[in-house]
Amino acid sequence: MVKILVDNKHIEAEDGANLLQTCLDNDIYIPNLCYLNDGQIPFAGCRLCYVQINGKPVASCTQKVAEGLEVQTDTPEVRSLQKAAFRLLLSVHDIKCKECPANKRCELQRIGKFLKVGLKVKGLEVRLKDPGLDSGHPYLLIDQNRCVLCGKCVRVCQKKHGHSYLTFAKRGFETVISAYRQPEESPLNFSECTACIDICPVRALLLKDV
Amino acid sequence: MDDVVLTSEDKAALEELRSQLDRYEKSTANLIPILQMIQEKVKFLPPAAIKMVAGFLEIPSSQVYGVATFYNQFKFNPPGKNPIKVCLGTACHVRAGDIILENFERKLGIREGETTEDREFSIDRVACVGCCALAPVAIMGKTVHGHMAPSKVEGLVMRVQIEREKAERERQKNESGQN
Repeated sequence: MVKILVDNKHIEAEDGANLLQTCLDNDIYIPNLCYLNDGQIPFAGCRLCYVQINGKPVASCTQKVAEGLEVQTDTPEVRSLQKAAFRLLLSVHDIKCKECPANKRCELQRIGKFLKVGLKVKGLEVRLKDPGLDSGHPYLLIDQNRCVLCGKCVRVCQKKHGHSYLTFAKRGFETVISAYRQPEESPLNFSECTACIDICPVRALLLKDV
Repeated sequence: MDDVVLTSEDKAALEELRSQLDRYEKSTANLIPILQMIQEKVKFLPPAAIKMVAGFLEIPSSQVYGVATFYNQFKFNPPGKNPIKVCLGTACHVRAGDIILENFERKLGIREGETTEDREFSIDRVACVGCCALAPVAIMGKTVHGHMAPSKVEGLVMRVQIEREKAERERQKNESGQN
């Protein structure tokens, strides 16, 4: 066990433990979307979990706990980085909370409230994908304009089935989560495994009514 | 990811692929070389080929699709007889190359990266073809068309269609002449 200092609070944690997880376990909330507590190398894609260590911004999910680490989670610099990353995510998000199945239990709403950022972003061009709804898979519906590309579904599927039936496809602004179409090869008629649907923080993956 | 209607030539090329695949070791490291070989032989990656590769390497086809869509060298639609490349490099961008692209897309009813159903035209976007003084530039087949304008888009497509009809008429004339 080692001692670290987070926002002037002394915390004991195991040497080499994940800093983000350690903070979350000790009731210090750090916004995050893509972090999975699965012991794997963190994806570090959402850029929301910034903290400051020795004045430098670090994505806390990539930081290991070590003796004497001094961490600040609530400095203006950290908040500014988090807000910028969050606003960029929202600029490609179709904000229709009232119609959204994730309403009131959506990670984006929670983070927006925490960072005091309105979900309707100002000053950024809104870029939505067209078509936004991918219904190519026989059982799965993917709302690409709801998806935050955290990749949790891909990783959870990978872990459960050895290789993932979901994948990132395309590149840049066009990046999407794709299930391709594979009715015959997937174990996924989703009666057995709905891990990807359950893990989605914004309910971008939905089961089709079939 | 729309369904592509395969011609008999495509089907023959795909059939041939099956034997080609055996040359490769069953390792995911071979995924890209295999895809390149298919792109070379079939000129695009139809869903059937993706499925075949996935089956061969024993990975889900979504993974093959994910890798293939990352690279520009892999196409998912067959090339058109008149491939159109619209330049959106810096100079063409400044001279509104995106409007030219949009004009082609609207005129042909397909989007960038797609092919018309009769396989006459396909549209691709490229970044700089090296004649920025002529911006905005479009390339049809092997001909560079500089100083593009929406009216020229109309003209180019029309010319190809007229030539095609003319060739068709002559063919019919020859056939009836022979009889």
